[in-house]
Amino acid sequence: MSKIFERMQKRQFTRKQKSKLEVALIYLILAVMFLIIFYPLFWAFAISMNTTSNLYTASLSPENWSLDNYVWLFTNPRSDYLLWYRNTLFVSTIVTVVTTLLVSFTAYAFSRYRFRGRTYGLYAFLLLQMFPVLMAMVALYILLNTIGLLDNLWGLILIYIGGNIPMNAFLVKGYLDTLPKSLDESAKMDGAGHFRIFFQILLPLAKPILSVVALFNFMAPFMDFILPRIVLRSPENFTLALGLYNFVNAQFSNNFSRFAAGAVLIAIPIATVYLLLQKYLISGLAAGATKG
Amino acid sequence: MPTDKKNQKNKRPVNADLDHSPKKAMLLSIIPGMGQIYNKRWLKGALIFILFAAFTVMMFEFIASGLQGLITLGTEPRVDDSRVFLIEGILAIIFTVFYGVFYTFNLQDAKKEAQKIRDGWRPGGVMENFRNSWDTGFPYALIGPGFMLLIFVVILPLLFMALLAFTNYNLYNAPPRNILQWVGFENFVRLVTIAEWRTTFFSVLSWTLTWTFVATTLSIGLAMFLAILTNDKRLKGTRIIRTILILPWAVPGFVTIIIFSALFNDNFGAINTDIIQPLFNTSIPWMSNVMWSRIAIIMIQVWLGFPYVYALFSGVLKGISDDWYEAADMDGATRWQKFKEITFPHLMFATGPILLTQYTFNFNNFNIIYLFNEGGPAVRGQNAGGTDILISWVYGLTFTNSQYSMAAAISLILGLIVATFAFFQFRRSRSFKEEGNY
Repeated sequence: MSKIFERMQKRQFTRKQKSKLEVALIYLILAVMFLIIFYPLFWAFAISMNTTSNLYTASLSPENWSLDNYVWLFTNPRSDYLLWYRNTLFVSTIVTVVTTLLVSFTAYAFSRYRFRGRTYGLYAFLLLQMFPVLMAMVALYILLNTIGLLDNLWGLILIYIGGNIPMNAFLVKGYLDTLPKSLDESAKMDGAGHFRIFFQILLPLAKPILSVVALFNFMAPFMDFILPRIVLRSPENFTLALGLYNFVNAQFSNNFSRFAAGAVLIAIPIATVYLLLQKYLISGLAAGATKG
Repeated sequence: MPTDKKNQKNKRPVNADLDHSPKKAMLLSIIPGMGQIYNKRWLKGALIFILFAAFTVMMFEFIASGLQGLITLGTEPRVDDSRVFLIEGILAIIFTVFYGVFYTFNLQDAKKEAQKIRDGWRPGGVMENFRNSWDTGFPYALIGPGFMLLIFVVILPLLFMALLAFTNYNLYNAPPRNILQWVGFENFVRLVTIAEWRTTFFSVLSWTLTWTFVATTLSIGLAMFLAILTNDKRLKGTRIIRTILILPWAVPGFVTIIIFSALFNDNFGAINTDIIQPLFNTSIPWMSNVMWSRIAIIMIQVWLGFPYVYALFSGVLKGISDDWYEAADMDGATRWQKFKEITFPHLMFATGPILLTQYTFNFNNFNIIYLFNEGGPAVRGQNAGGTDILISWVYGLTFTNSQYSMAAAISLILGLIVATFAFFQFRRSRSFKEEGNY
């Protein structure tokens, strides 16, 4: 009897040990992952704090750190950083307002009305959402060039809005579909008009999805690099992403610390927003596409 | 309320007008508005007539010259700009389609209303009619602005690109200096018959497919591995662990790619100077050797791409009921069996369509290719770099080589591949099934 008990105890002990070993192994793997994740980010941050603009002599230890690069971005007369910031804000604001408005109208119509051509319209939207605007870049470049909107922020704004509509309209339509129809039907019975139902009943309920759409559209121009690269030519029209790229593109090693400083300044707020809203962004975007 | 009563009265079959012919109404509407007037909708008929007359008068010349220009693409070099002719031609086609849609709409409207009149319906007063058309027109008014923008910003460029693929627009034959010609499928034929184009095209295509498959699958694999690890109940602090693992997704992609491209630099990159040289006493040509460039790009994309999938997976894993695993334990299942029979099917079922979008995303992932080393290094005997995928090759052809027609032809092939892929995704996606019912 006691022998069996002893053996059981022994086995339990080894199982416990095994479990502990496993957990330790998991922590080890995670530690390696953390190192791989943090190393490039920390490295960029360290470079941004270095006064030497040369990557050869840059040091990662915090002894000689200074904020010189950050100060340079904001105060040096040769720095266009604030100008790029203003351009990006300008583009972002207009894109956000117009897109959110157009998208909520479109989604409302598709979700609440049954009209002729509705199914075709939905198919068209689904299909267009699959093709990135980028695929037509030859055409966009030549088109904008011909009508004189190349190197113009309005050209960029137009492309952003047009390209954003299909996917965002689907997101919002999906959300509106989940709101009970009895709400607007009873309002209709009470004599509310089309606009009234939309603005006073549906819009307040759709606030969560509309804020996600608005936020996403607002942040996109801060992160997008390709479209500005195709559309914009002169440095005073650059958006942040394009301007920062030009720091490293022009003379690679010379301005990398300035690029790093500028990048840290936009990466921190954007990363914070993404991490805070990850739940909404991941589940919401899962319906349509991914961040890109 | 009085209108309601009137309506009810109108619905009585007593009013049925069997002489009123829907066919006649439709035939009359060949001149837009006439059928409506036959239906005694005076105001509506007049409005339709005036609108169509105005459109025809104003647009006829534009459409006619637009279509003609689309065929000739201009006759006098330096005076006629073929690009403008192309754009006006496309606009002419779009307007013609609009015209056609409204025209059939007008015919059907006349017919439908005549049918209703035959069955005893009578049009009400002006106000009531106005309210009715406001009701039916409202959704169109809502969609209108967005749809217009979509046509001019998305559809017009796509059509323009499709047409460019069949012209001979390049550095030496460029409007407004020269007139473009229609060359049929010549660009596509050249792509597979001229040696330089053929080798480039097939090597870029095969690398694009390899890249898409390897980079995406590795990200998904890593994400799955980490999601299962962090789902372990013995682990502490999972919330903060999850947040850190999602961090690469939250940092703007172009920033991280530029950082990595500095880290991987052949001469002064930290990966060579701090890791490879001390350990192996050599340095790896990350930027100048095709194979190493490809390996570096795939590694970077895994770093960038796994967090999003990881977040999806860990959400799904949290939702799998413990009962499944307890039942499996009772049956003495091994870990591998539990993964194969429970975890993996759950993950795939819940996230399958989204994982497909990850593949399409990487297929067109221009950012990483361009920002790492602009598609380089150069390869002898072909006009694309060693890491160029189709879309970055198109970029290079457009902006450095000015081979616009070739770029458009390749974009068109790219579009066809995406469309085929999208079609399968389309059939599976839930929204398609839901909408298929009406």
